[in-house]
Amino acid sequence: MTQTPHHTDVREFHPRARAAIADPKIRKNFRKAMDGLITKRKDAFEGWDLEALRDLGANIRLRALANLPDLLEQLEKKLSENGVKVHWAIDGDEACRIIRDICVARNAKTVIKGKSMVTEEMELNHYLDDHDIEALESDLGEYIVQLAGETPSHIIMPAIHKNTGEISELMHEKTGTDLSSDVEYLTASARHQLREKFMNADVGVSGVNFAVAETGTLCLVENEGNGRMTTTVPQCHIAVTGIEKVVGKLEDVAPLLALLTRSATGQHITTYFNMISGPRKPEELDGPEEVHLVLVDNGRSSIYQDDELLDTLRCIRCGACMNHCPVYTRVGGHTYGTTYPGPIGKILMPHLIGLDEGRHLPTASSLCGACGEVCPVKIPIPDLLVRLRQESVDGDKLNPAKVRGHGAKRGTLEAMVWKGWSWMHARPGVYRLGTKVASRLRRLQPGNLGGWTRYRTAPKLAARTLHERMKERSQ
Amino acid sequence: MNSRDIILQRLSERSGGKLHQPECDFSVLERPSSSVTERVEQFQKIIESVHGEVHRCTPESWIPQLSGILSSRGARNLLIPAAHQIGRALRDSGRDDLPELLIYDEPVTSWQAHLFNEVDASITSTRGGIAETGSLILWPTPDEPRLMSLVPPIHIAVLEASGLYTTFHEAMRVQNWKSGMPTNALLISGPSKTADIEQTLAYGVHGPKELIVLVIE
Amino acid sequence: MADPIKVYPPKPSHVYFYATCLVDMFYPDAGMAGIQLLEREGIRVIFPEDQTCCGQPAYTSGYHDEARAVARAQLDLFPEDWPIVVPSGSCGGMMRKHYPGLFRNTDQETKAAGIATRTWELTDFLLNVCHIKLEDLGEPTNVAMHTSCSARREMGIAEVGPRLIGQLNNVNLIEQVRAEECCGFGGTFAVRHPEISGAMVSEKVDTLTDTGAGTFVTTDCGCLMNIAGFAGKNQKPLSGQHILSFLWERTNPGKEDNS
Repeated sequence: MTQTPHHTDVREFHPRARAAIADPKIRKNFRKAMDGLITKRKDAFEGWDLEALRDLGANIRLRALANLPDLLEQLEKKLSENGVKVHWAIDGDEACRIIRDICVARNAKTVIKGKSMVTEEMELNHYLDDHDIEALESDLGEYIVQLAGETPSHIIMPAIHKNTGEISELMHEKTGTDLSSDVEYLTASARHQLREKFMNADVGVSGVNFAVAETGTLCLVENEGNGRMTTTVPQCHIAVTGIEKVVGKLEDVAPLLALLTRSATGQHITTYFNMISGPRKPEELDGPEEVHLVLVDNGRSSIYQDDELLDTLRCIRCGACMNHCPVYTRVGGHTYGTTYPGPIGKILMPHLIGLDEGRHLPTASSLCGACGEVCPVKIPIPDLLVRLRQESVDGDKLNPAKVRGHGAKRGTLEAMVWKGWSWMHARPGVYRLGTKVASRLRRLQPGNLGGWTRYRTAPKLAARTLHERMKERSQ
Repeated sequence: MNSRDIILQRLSERSGGKLHQPECDFSVLERPSSSVTERVEQFQKIIESVHGEVHRCTPESWIPQLSGILSSRGARNLLIPAAHQIGRALRDSGRDDLPELLIYDEPVTSWQAHLFNEVDASITSTRGGIAETGSLILWPTPDEPRLMSLVPPIHIAVLEASGLYTTFHEAMRVQNWKSGMPTNALLISGPSKTADIEQTLAYGVHGPKELIVLVIE
Repeated sequence: MADPIKVYPPKPSHVYFYATCLVDMFYPDAGMAGIQLLEREGIRVIFPEDQTCCGQPAYTSGYHDEARAVARAQLDLFPEDWPIVVPSGSCGGMMRKHYPGLFRNTDQETKAAGIATRTWELTDFLLNVCHIKLEDLGEPTNVAMHTSCSARREMGIAEVGPRLIGQLNNVNLIEQVRAEECCGFGGTFAVRHPEISGAMVSEKVDTLTDTGAGTFVTTDCGCLMNIAGFAGKNQKPLSGQHILSFLWERTNPGKEDNS
C-alpha cells in the first residue's frame, strides 16, 4: 500500500497556487464541487432561524472551552467508568507512540481506519508503516487518496480534486478493477476490497466528532458505514481526538449535529450517527472488547492561552469555510500543503507548524468574509487572519505577538514602506501635497505595477484630488 | 509530570484568566406540536429523499408486507432477533413464503465470514424515530447486536408510528438518554452512501444498500 | 459576539464626509456625486480638510502600529456629534468595526468607539437615514451590480444598492450569478497573490459580462479599480462606475455639475 507522502513544504505556497490555477481540470473539479455544496447548504437551512442556531452552536462551544480542563477530567472519569481507557498526548509523536504501543501489546499487524483529520495531522499512517504496522484507510475518499499516495484535499471530501476518470484509472492500476465511468461499479469494487480488510484488521482507528463529558460518549458522524465497521468489527477500537472536541452535556450534541451536517454537505443528518460509550459487555455478541481514547494536545493548549486565538478551537470541522472560500475554490486543497486547507487551515496551521513555516497562509485571503459568514460556530475567521498577519510581521507593539515563529515575515523593505506610508498619511499637509503632486505628474505614472498590471490596467490618478476640488468649492 | 498533568495544568493556569461562560438558549430547536400522522409523513418524506424506503403497515399487515418485500428482492434468508417479539412473531407466523430465518445467537467471531458473505437481509426493532431528519433510533442489544443493522445488504427496521419524535433533541430528552447510555447508540437515516467519487451518490458502500422501514400505525 | 443591531439616527442637519484615499486620488467624481446627493437631501456636508486614509491597508497587512498612527490622525476630525458618512463599505467597515479594537487600551479608546458608532456607509445613509426618493431622468438602460464584500458582510448592506437602483424607473438591474463572491481585490492581496486575485477577477468579469448589461456599478473603489481594470486590459465589453456617480447622473438634469 502506498503511504502518505512526506511532509510538504508549506512555504512553497505560491508555485503550487500558480500550478493549480493553470490546471483547468483542478479549477473545474473544485468549482463544480463547491458550487454544489454552497447550494445544498443553503437549502438545508431552509426554514431554520440560522442566526439563532449559530449563536447556540457558538455558545455551546464557548461554554465547553471555558470549562475545558474540568470537562476533560469529567470525560476521562466517565469513560473509565464505562471501561474505556483514556490516554493523553502532548503532541502527535506521543499520540503515534501510544497507538503503536496498544497495537504491539495486542500483537496487531493491521489497522483499519475511519476518517480522522487528527491522525492526518500527526501522520499516523506513516508512523505505523515505519513500525511495520499496516494502516489502511476505509473511507472511500481516503482510500482513493491513499491509493494515489496523496493527502486529502478537503477535510470532508478527501478526493474532491479527482474526477471519476482519474479515480477509475487509479483503481484499475492499483487494485485491478476494470476501467469504468460507472460510479456504482467503482464503489461496489471498493466495498468488496474493504470488506475483507475489515474482517481481518486487528485494530480500528477512528476520529471523534464530539466527546460528551456528561455521559462519556464518543460521537461519530458518517455516511458510508466504514466508521461503524471500524469501531465495531476489530477487537480493539482506538479513537483519537483533539482535546478541544469535548462538550459538556449530551443535549449539546443535538444542535451541533444539526449545524455540522447541514454546513458540511447540506444533509439534514448523515446516514449514521454513531455514539459509543464503552466496549462490548460480556453478554454482547459483537463490538470491540477494548476501546481506547487518545486525547491529543498538539499545540491546542497554547492556542487556548489567548482570548482571541482561542476562538480557533471552537471549530467542529465541517469544512463550510473552504466550500465558500473563493481562494480555496481557485487553488484547491493541496496548494496549502497543510493537513487542514482553506480558511480554517490558515488560522489553525500556523499554531501547529509555526508562523515561520506557515507565513504565507494568513496572507492568502482577500478577507472577503465568506468563511466567517457561514461558520456554524461563528469563528471570526477574517479577524483571526488579520491577527495572524500582525503576528507574522510583529506589527503591534501594544499587543505583542505570541504565536511560535512570529515576526518571520517581517522584511526590512516592507516594514520601511509601511513606515513611510504611515508617516505621510499621519501628516495631512504632507498627504495633500503628495497627492496633489502625484496628480500633476499623472502622465508619468508607471504603466507597470507588477502583479496588478499583469491582469489589469493601472489605476488612473484623477487630474485633481477631491481635496483640491473641495478647497476650490469652499472659496 | 506526565502528559495528562501537563496538559491539564496548562489549561487550568490559562494566561488569559478565567473565561466567560455564555448562556445557551436551546429554544431554536423547539417545534410546534404535531400529530402522529404529520410526523409519519415528515419522516417518510425526508427518509425517502435519501433513498430510504417506507412501508406503512398495521400490526396485522406487516408480516405479509415484509414477505412481499423480501421475495421481490430474492432474499434467501433473513436475520431476526431471537427474543424480541418481532422475531417471535416471524417464527410463529407459520408462513411458508418467508425466506430462511437466521438468529444472531453467538459471538460474531464464530460466524463472521458467514454474516459478511451469506446473509441477505436483517430485521431489527427501533427505539423510535425522528421526523425532522428521517432517522431511526437503534440501541443495539445482545438480542439485536450492532452488526445486524450494518453488514447485510438489506436492513429492515420496524418503527412504531407512536415512537416518532419531532427532533433528536426531543427524543433524547423524553427518553432521558443522559441517565445512562448504552455501549452503542445509533441514528440511522438511510442506506449507506458515499459521494466521494465526483460527488456522485452511490449506495451500499460499506453498510446496507437498502434501508426499508416498516412503520406500524 | 453578534453584531449589535444597527440603529439608524434621525436625519441630521450636518454630516462629516470622509472621502477615503481612493476616492480622493482616483475617483473624486464619485465623491462629488455623494456630496451632491447629500446636499440635495438638505444636509450640510462638512469635508474635514485634514483627512487622509482610514489606515486599513496597513491594518489588514498586519502593520497595526502604522495603521494606528494614521487612524489616530483621523480621530480629531469629527468634533461635533454628527454622523460620519463614507462612500465605501470597506473604509466604513474599518472605522465602524475595527477602530474600537485598534485603539483598545489606549487613550483614544473612547473617541474611537464613538467614531465607530457614528460611521455610516453613504448609500446606506441615503436610503435608511435620509429616506431618499430618486427620480430617474435617464434613458432606459440595463445595469449589473457588484456589492463589495465589506459592504455586504461587514456593513450588512447587500440590499441597499439594489433598493436604490430599484427606485430608478428606467433602470433594469440584472443580477450576476454568484453575486456574493469576492472580486479578488482584497487590498494588498491583489499584489501578494496576483495569480489567485487574477483568477478571481477574471471570473467576476465573466459573470458581470454575462448579464449583458454592459455596465456595472459598485459600492467600493477597490472593486471598481479591480474589475474595470481587468475588463479594460482584456478588452471585455464591460465598463464600471461607482454607484454614487451613477445615482447622481440618473437623477440630476445638469449632469456634469461638478462645481
